[in-house]
Amino acid sequence: MATGRCREFVIEDGAGPVPRRVAAALRPHFTVAAQTRRRARQVWLDTFDWRLHTAGLVLRQVSGARSGELVLITSAGEAVASEPLPTQRWPCLIDVIPEGPLRDRLSPVVEIRALLPVARADGTLTQLRVLDGEQKTVARITLEVTALAQPAAGPLPPRLILTPVRGYQSATDRAARLLAAADGFAPSTRSAFQTVLATAGRQPGDYSDRVDVTLPESMPARTALATVLLRLADTMEANVGFVIRDVDTEFLHDLRVAVRRTRSALRLAGDALPGDLAARFAPEFKWLGDLTTPTRDLDVNLAGFDAMVARLHAAAPGDLEPLRAQLTHQRAIECRKLARGLRSARFGKLMVSWRGALDEAAAPPRAPRRSKRAHQPTADIGSLAADRIGRAYRKVAKRGAAITAAGAAGGPPAEDMHALRKRCKELRYLLEFFGSLYDPAALRRAVKDLKGLQDCLGDFQDAEVQRAEVREFATWMLARRAAPGTGQPPVSELAATLLAMGELTSQLHAQQLRARAEVAGRFAAFARAGSLRTLGLLPRMAKA
Amino acid sequence: MKIFATYNIKGGVGKTSAAVNLAYLAGEDGFRTLLWDLDPQAAASYVFRIQPRVKGGAKALIRGARPLDDAIKGTDFDHLDLLPADFTYRNMDLALHKAKRPTRQLSRLLGPLAADYDIVFLDCPPSISLVSENILHAVHTLLVPLIPTTLSERTFDQLTAFIDSLDGQRPAVLAFFSMLDRRKRLHREIAARLTAERPDIAATVIPAMTVIEQMAVRRAPVPAFAPRSAAAQRYRQLWTELRGRSGLT
Repeated sequence: MATGRCREFVIEDGAGPVPRRVAAALRPHFTVAAQTRRRARQVWLDTFDWRLHTAGLVLRQVSGARSGELVLITSAGEAVASEPLPTQRWPCLIDVIPEGPLRDRLSPVVEIRALLPVARADGTLTQLRVLDGEQKTVARITLEVTALAQPAAGPLPPRLILTPVRGYQSATDRAARLLAAADGFAPSTRSAFQTVLATAGRQPGDYSDRVDVTLPESMPARTALATVLLRLADTMEANVGFVIRDVDTEFLHDLRVAVRRTRSALRLAGDALPGDLAARFAPEFKWLGDLTTPTRDLDVNLAGFDAMVARLHAAAPGDLEPLRAQLTHQRAIECRKLARGLRSARFGKLMVSWRGALDEAAAPPRAPRRSKRAHQPTADIGSLAADRIGRAYRKVAKRGAAITAAGAAGGPPAEDMHALRKRCKELRYLLEFFGSLYDPAALRRAVKDLKGLQDCLGDFQDAEVQRAEVREFATWMLARRAAPGTGQPPVSELAATLLAMGELTSQLHAQQLRARAEVAGRFAAFARAGSLRTLGLLPRMAKA
Repeated sequence: MKIFATYNIKGGVGKTSAAVNLAYLAGEDGFRTLLWDLDPQAAASYVFRIQPRVKGGAKALIRGARPLDDAIKGTDFDHLDLLPADFTYRNMDLALHKAKRPTRQLSRLLGPLAADYDIVFLDCPPSISLVSENILHAVHTLLVPLIPTTLSERTFDQLTAFIDSLDGQRPAVLAFFSMLDRRKRLHREIAARLTAERPDIAATVIPAMTVIEQMAVRRAPVPAFAPRSAAAQRYRQLWTELRGRSGLT
């Protein structure tokens, strides 16, 4: 049902009602018929990390008193898909959109992220029809007289949107030329969405979970590190409100990654910060990290549940449903605990004092300090980064060599796999913190080589955690059945579920065996494929 | 995507009226609907004020030189598009005959439209030909308007026998009485008897009404210009019956 490209015009001052001015501009080639005039609310939607904008798409809900519609267009104004949808309170996951072309188009872009309102405008929409000599509608014109209502109130310039009827693009182009030539209609240089964003003071892409800071090589190490940590604090604060409201699972993921990065930065380079700042805050961030772990583990389990069920051979897919129900129930409990923790005075105090300490650390040092243990406060970030990346790399190399040695005898022990994973993560984080100091292509290559190894280690560890959880749930289910007065499932159902969980454990074990068998090869590839050389040289490959 | 066709070997029995009104009602219900005017007389295209012209004609469509998608035009109504007629459709048999698997060409052409449409209506020319055979292979339900006469009953029997003789998947058949003249006793008796006897005849009857003939004057479907008329109500009943039998929710 694709139509074609829309054209937008800003309505300038002129004499007479706009529909009459439009009709005069299009005469004698077209006539104009009035269709409807209604009050409407328009809500523009995107994910928190602007996935639709990045994909060149604009999603808008237009709703009136009794009906509503979601309309997806490209940023160039081409219609993509639309779907009737009554008034909806946002944010929501994509499941609220009925199955059909709109959801099909949005799903691969939005994935598991919620759609959030970016801006809202209220006003009047007047529909006009552009008719040819046969009195056939060849284009539609919407006259929008609206004002921005959220995130801030503000006037929007009245606009005309000219939309072709399918198969009549040339007639629409002609109508657009006639309007552009007439007084009072200026082709818009910005789309309606761009105008709304500019009026709302929003910048597309204003959120990213990446540590996108630019550090000059000569910047004092403490200033640079404080800058990185402040950026991570921004990420935590940007996500925390959405985690409390449980809007989508990625908010917690981003919050958790920012906490983990912060803890790694304190552990690996905290000595560059003044005084005992690292030692003082490290336990608090450990508390915060631990607070997020149960919910995140359950999120991972539930996200991969359908894929796990699809891999079952002996058990019926429905056999695992009690486990899914239990995971969902447990998640609701853990979410409440997490929200309580994030609303607590302890968390509030942590973020305020952390920011204050970092602001102070980022300021130029008042006087040189001397400390035997601490890294030289006057050292530049270039030297500190080279030193710490080198150290982290050597740790990875040492652990990797141990794993390679253990490779022949049934693979390395789980503890060694986990230890190597942690070292790899540390190296990856350092590359991310200080990435702006290095040649982007060399950095990308190094990260890519490291990622291959990390994925293998991640598969192993995920299966390890899931196996432990499946065992824990099996114990819980049996204990619950033994407890008097609880809602007890029939024995046959419990047996089917436990057998399916057994098969699941076997599959997770097989996943671990595969990862174990692969890890030595992955490490060798990481070391051989230039990663060793690239990473060893990284500190010396700094941009001129 | 469900494909319906209004078909009868005879002309002037209400095929186009049914196709136009049912397609309009499907769009009104929110189904993304396409009406393909296969009749070179182009009556459906005329009702929707769309030029009966397809660049390259039937040959270009069948050979794939012009995708069906390119020839589609939007109507004045939401969720309803039209693939116009073209005078070259009178030679469609020849183009089909030259193609590989000549009886499956319409199925092949319609396949890619499934991403864009929930429902396709084919308004067929009155004939029995290679085009008709293509239609029988392509559609889920064949809608057969019948004027309640003894000869119509005989023709319908011939058609169902022919469909039964087809290889592969056969379409469901739903006939309905059309252009019924209440003043004629024979019309009333045949309609009542056959509707009671045969499950493949719809309970809804479309009487002969002036408002239906006015479609060609008003150039719009009946429910669009006379939404409360008895004719619009009858087409709504027929659409509801078709929806129910086709499992369209």
